Amino acid sequence: MAEFLQFLFSGLTVGAVYALVALGFTLIYNASGIINFAQGEFVMLGGMTTVFLALAGVPLPLAAVLAVVAAVAIGLLLHRFAIEPARGADTVTLIMITIGASIFLRGAAQVVFDKRFHSLPHLFGTDPLRIGGAAILPQSLVVLAGATVIVVLLWVFIDRTLFGKAVIATAANRLAARLVGINTGHMIGFSFAISAAIGALAGILVTPITLTSYDVGTLLALKGFAAAMLGGMGYALGAVVGGLLLGLLEAFSAGYLSSKYKDVVAFLVILAVFFVMPQGLLGRAKVERV
Amino acid sequence: MRRMQQIVAAAGIGLLALTGAGYEAAAQVKIGAVLSVTGPASFLGDPEKKTLEMYVDAINAKGGVNGQKLQLVIYDDGGDANAARTFATRLVEEDKIVAMVGGTTTGATLAMIPVFEEAQIPFISLAGAIQIIQPVRKWVFKTPHTDKMACEKIFGDLKARKMTTVALISGTDAFGKSMRDQCVGVAPAKGITIAHEETYGPRDSDMTPQLTNIRNKAGVQAVINPGFGQGPAIVTRNYRQLGITVPLYQSHGVASKQYIDLAGPAAEGVRLPAAALLVADKLPEKDPQKKVVVDYSRIYREKTGQAVSTFGGHAYDGLMILVGAMQRAKSADKAKVRDEIEKTKGYVGTGGIVTMSPTDHMGLDLSAFRMLEIKKGDWTLLN
Repeated sequence: MAEFLQFLFSGLTVGAVYALVALGFTLIYNASGIINFAQGEFVMLGGMTTVFLALAGVPLPLAAVLAVVAAVAIGLLLHRFAIEPARGADTVTLIMITIGASIFLRGAAQVVFDKRFHSLPHLFGTDPLRIGGAAILPQSLVVLAGATVIVVLLWVFIDRTLFGKAVIATAANRLAARLVGINTGHMIGFSFAISAAIGALAGILVTPITLTSYDVGTLLALKGFAAAMLGGMGYALGAVVGGLLLGLLEAFSAGYLSSKYKDVVAFLVILAVFFVMPQGLLGRAKVERV
Repeated sequence: MRRMQQIVAAAGIGLLALTGAGYEAAAQVKIGAVLSVTGPASFLGDPEKKTLEMYVDAINAKGGVNGQKLQLVIYDDGGDANAARTFATRLVEEDKIVAMVGGTTTGATLAMIPVFEEAQIPFISLAGAIQIIQPVRKWVFKTPHTDKMACEKIFGDLKARKMTTVALISGTDAFGKSMRDQCVGVAPAKGITIAHEETYGPRDSDMTPQLTNIRNKAGVQAVINPGFGQGPAIVTRNYRQLGITVPLYQSHGVASKQYIDLAGPAAEGVRLPAAALLVADKLPEKDPQKKVVVDYSRIYREKTGQAVSTFGGHAYDGLMILVGAMQRAKSADKAKVRDEIEKTKGYVGTGGIVTMSPTDHMGLDLSAFRMLEIKKGDWTLLN
């Protein structure tokens, strides 16, 4: 029983990290249909900027806020100078642009920051909470709480505000959205800014657990992307469900089967899900009217 | 018009050849290096590059070797073995180097070996794996310790603590895998039983499931974690999180201050084998390596403003072994230099005391490794 709990806690810890990263994909996808492969770099920027500001003597809370601001600024720049000029191109081209942006940001981070690993202090200390013979770090709960708050905010924003509806409209049909007076360029730019903020926040919250370095974004984005797809791309709740599920799969297969094959098992399950439900667990099938 | 262009081009090439020839006449000895200055192994390649540049400048300022100045030709392979091989060919065919120091990673080194063997150019690698020097190749040498020595050193320490049953948790990266294989291979001969094995991906952020299984395995007296990068730091944190009480051993792969910073208080009591360079200030005065490691750390820190790492030390040793061989050979003749490298005897370097032979192209023994324990956030030397 104690092992089961420990594997569960491990899965929740890792899953919460994936969920938080996966959430970042949601908004840009909703606004533009683009899967932003530079999302992992926003996560990296959040963590690394906070680390380096803190090293420079900025108090930690202020450093975190500044890191989010910096990521938002970079998100807006990315949109203004890479996505907006290519607005006529198809989605695949735009996705490739984000891959390029991701490589660029990683390279720049190597120069601006450094190539070493860094960490941030845990919010509530490193003494684990012991429950039924298993141990979980308070920071894991912080990450879970962070994911929950972001899900609720995103849901309220997209489903309950006119502005959010405008974002959805932009994704659904850009021409029609423009005809009813929505500034679609602004909508997409806005979605980049918010996604950058979510990514940076994720980076700050997960760094005490995962540690960070200039290239931490690559794998986090890959796992986050898999989680977002598993849950249903574009659904905030789906991102969280997918992330937690992926984390739990990894932890349980590492614990009960073999740590050698834990990624294999996790991705086999993801493939199996796509065979049965191509839209992901919570996604609804897209209907194309001709 | 076309003809005119050809003539201009030909003249240009002729001019280049002339200036090139003039350059050669300045009697420079070209030393090549292919290092992973960027990319995933940059934390190895970057200090290596800085070290080579620093010391080649210093040697030239003192008049060079045998009255000839050294010229360093460095290429960055970005951690890509294919690129390393391309650069190796360029060093041989275009730069016409006399000797080669570096090959940051094992992969890059193994890819470059055939090039230098064929061209018959002495090649001192800075990479870890034992495959580089076993079987012995005529032109290939290396300076860093091998994984096998790290395993033997750890097993020796376990024996001294009367422990025989261990569990392994290793990273699935090249370093972790290679050291795991060496440890498993050498364990029976050292009377060590490996009771349980776990692995983790180099980017994993939680290893508690694996460690839970190790904790539940009866009879495990110590845990060894072959790996480098962030993985071992997370293993160490999770180890304490789960409250595992048996001793934890890390490898020389985490022998840098960064590991202690990342693992924090969890690193307390962890033991690992490492080169003397890491504990330069703590070595007793009578230690034969004391002077060389203290000097190198001081100069490296002064010139780069960064803390010293053992990897830069490997480059230092490689360059100094080469320079020593050139001085003894009294020439920059490739074959003579090679013979003298092989005759290196009692060279005191940052990595240990090197005595090479026709059957040993590394020349280090277990005394090159020191057993360290982390106490109060700092290394302490065990005897």
